[in-house]
Amino acid sequence: MFDLSGKAALVTGASGGIGGAIARMLHKQGAIVTLSGTRADALEQLKGTMGERAHVVAAKMDDAADIERLAKEAEAAMGGKLDILVNNAGITRDNISMRMKDEEWEKVLQVNLTGTFRLIRATMRGMMKRRFGRVINITSIVGVTGNPGQANYAAAKAGLIGMSKSLAQELASRNITVNCIAPGFIATPMTDVLTDEQKKGILGRVPADRLGTPEEIAAGVVYLASDEAAYVTGQTLHINGGMAMI
Amino acid sequence: MSDVAERVKKIVVEHLGVEAAQVKEDAKFIDDLGADSLDTVELVMAFEEEFSIEIPDDAAEKIQTVGDAISFITSNAKS
Repeated sequence: MFDLSGKAALVTGASGGIGGAIARMLHKQGAIVTLSGTRADALEQLKGTMGERAHVVAAKMDDAADIERLAKEAEAAMGGKLDILVNNAGITRDNISMRMKDEEWEKVLQVNLTGTFRLIRATMRGMMKRRFGRVINITSIVGVTGNPGQANYAAAKAGLIGMSKSLAQELASRNITVNCIAPGFIATPMTDVLTDEQKKGILGRVPADRLGTPEEIAAGVVYLASDEAAYVTGQTLHINGGMAMI
Repeated sequence: MSDVAERVKKIVVEHLGVEAAQVKEDAKFIDDLGADSLDTVELVMAFEEEFSIEIPDDAAEKIQTVGDAISFITSNAKS
């Protein structure tokens, strides 16, 4: 089950905790993987731990031309195909709305939502031709529940869900599925900086009473990328230890 | 010209699974040949490949009949 041998996957934000775990698990299941992100050295380091079937194409998700280049170079690196696209790149610029600057709002929308749309559009053509595609957008629990201080991030993540449902309907007849995964609180370098007290506060809202692991998110990606998930499209898979049941 | 027309019709027949006799020059892809909007995008992609040309989006939108496709390709094809 869930064998991805011969499939070509592109993972954005692969230098992060969740993105790295996703790339490693897709690779372990047999996929050829292209790692993208802004930090080329971190991506090369990850590639070094993976051995063969791994490529690096650094790109900035707030740059339309760079996204076009990423799509082309990733396909070229993987023998002219791209079957699985995991849009995991994302940034935060947290601030209460009263104080949120236009640039904080725009930057988060640009990278998390617009950049993702552009990359899907740039890779869709090949998927349509090959009559196969798996698009998996990493959204967030916050996109469904909201979170004070994250109006921009929550809007972008909610936007991903609506966009994915629309694309799923456009592309279903071509054997291309488009789904979201919405992680809850996951142990990554981003959450390592929280104090014990902050963590305790968060865990009070998580029935599983622990943070999730990046591998638990990656396992969801592997499932949605697999042939077995062909009939699942337009969905959001919540992986959050029971923190929100939607 | 006739060569282009033949190649265009062949692509339309293959892609939309229609009878060659239906593929007249005034036949509309969507209204007469049962294409959906994605089919029209894919037909344009197939024409681009077959004739090694680029069909910009604004031109592609105007290609609604078999004849539209033939005349665009005839006036823009390199080969």
